[in-house]
Amino acid sequence: MSGNLTVTMPSDLEVTMVRVFDAPRALVFEAHAKCEHLKHWWGRGNPLDCEIDFRPGGGYRFVEHAPDGADYAFHGEFREIKEPELIVQTFEFEGMPGHVCVETLELTEDGGRTTVTSVTRFDTKQERDGMVASGMADGARESYDSLDAYLRTLAADKGVSGRG
Amino acid sequence: MEDRLSEVFGALADPTRRAILARLAEGEATVNQLAEPFPISLQAVSRHLKVLERAGLVSRGRNAQWRPCRLDAGPLREVADWVAGYQRFWVERYDHLGDYLQRLQRDQERQEG
Repeated sequence: MSGNLTVTMPSDLEVTMVRVFDAPRALVFEAHAKCEHLKHWWGRGNPLDCEIDFRPGGGYRFVEHAPDGADYAFHGEFREIKEPELIVQTFEFEGMPGHVCVETLELTEDGGRTTVTSVTRFDTKQERDGMVASGMADGARESYDSLDAYLRTLAADKGVSGRG
Repeated sequence: MEDRLSEVFGALADPTRRAILARLAEGEATVNQLAEPFPISLQAVSRHLKVLERAGLVSRGRNAQWRPCRLDAGPLREVADWVAGYQRFWVERYDHLGDYLQRLQRDQERQEG
């Protein structure tokens, strides 16, 4: 069930996610920049160890402690930061060392609500397929619902005027 | 399996091909019917169809005269599963962020009020 998150693939090496938050942009930006905030959400409700040096050239490391006792560690570095509208960072899952992707987060505000558009770019098809193999798609077959939803995003994403 | 996934992603990377698939999701169609909405030649549509066939996303009927095109959902399902898996991660994360932002704002209002 995809609340108000849309996921599309503008190319075979990119995944774009768009999510709208009912909060001003400065606050959403800050929630991405400080451990005191990140601890509350990045671990998806699980305890999170957080280290962050939020400036270009700085880095971060998050360790999520899942209920099954497994730890998931991620780290990366900040390539570009424009408060409160842009964060470009690398992202590496330590369970799959060497597979680095680049995430670009853009924040736009409209009427007190903030849209976060994140584009994850994999360097190569191997990286992307590594992500597949890593259990990102953990085989929880979502029946044809996910296919329907996906086709709808394809249709919405036509980029040509087909049948409307 | 992974090679095929690359093939599928490659096939999906083009907006015209995505539109063709979205049209076929509604039912079979001939090449002529598929070409109708697009400002491109019949040959160009045929070329796109070949890419989609190679990726296993489209099959062609036997009827020599019409050879209607049909969507094959199997490979697309793998991609959809992949996207769904990716999405699940981030839906959870962003749902928590959404809740947290609400809490933060309520706390701020209380402090100001």
